[in-house]
Amino acid sequence: MSGGVLPVVRIQRQDFDVAAEIARLTQGRADIGAVVTFSGLCRDEQGALSALELEHYPGMAEAEIARIAAEAVERWPLQGLTAIHRHGKIAPGENIVLVVTASVHRQAAFEAANFLMDYLKSRAPFWKKEHRADGSEGGWVEAKEADDEAAGRWKSSD
Amino acid sequence: MTTRLIYFAWVRERIGMPEEDVDLPAGIETVADLLRWLKSRGEGYEHALQYPDVIRVAINQEHVEHREKIAGAREIALFPPMTGG
Repeated sequence: MSGGVLPVVRIQRQDFDVAAEIARLTQGRADIGAVVTFSGLCRDEQGALSALELEHYPGMAEAEIARIAAEAVERWPLQGLTAIHRHGKIAPGENIVLVVTASVHRQAAFEAANFLMDYLKSRAPFWKKEHRADGSEGGWVEAKEADDEAAGRWKSSD
Repeated sequence: MTTRLIYFAWVRERIGMPEEDVDLPAGIETVADLLRWLKSRGEGYEHALQYPDVIRVAINQEHVEHREKIAGAREIALFPPMTGG
């Protein structure tokens, strides 16, 4: 059922338009019954943060997300999948990441979006550095063990 | 053979450069060997690679384990655990 679904993967500095990305998957077809979107935004951490700087590994970032996306279309009967990750300086309230999945029934779209985000967090080569609101130099955001565990749970279900 | 090493995030900051081309000495067979050798190259490397177990490595833009052989690698990247998403 995954045949023919070519995931859209984009790594970009500029913002994305969630509605436009949904429309890109659904336009001109009447067979899609469910669309799930996940957007990740930059938080201000109770006013302490002025921006996040996202560093990435050009080339590998695209390749790794494409590998994760290919696994998702293999595992779930999807009709469309889009993953967009921004890099550069991102202010609180702005978008960082978008995942859109489309399927006949909701379960596949929900699960695939969840899987994609869990894997993306622990395997896509991006690193966040904090810029603090008081002007002091912030540090690199530390990886959370919970994110690795979240990715690991998709393995046990094989 | 010359191998390109690429560093990201605090590994890049501590080593003090984003990338370099190196001629690996004989006997450097695995990722773990490479990390051990690099760590002895100076203060910045020592600081960056103080805890080698936390360093993530990609060969030719694919994640690998530290036991992976590096023969034939064009590009080896060293970086901290990822924090995207």
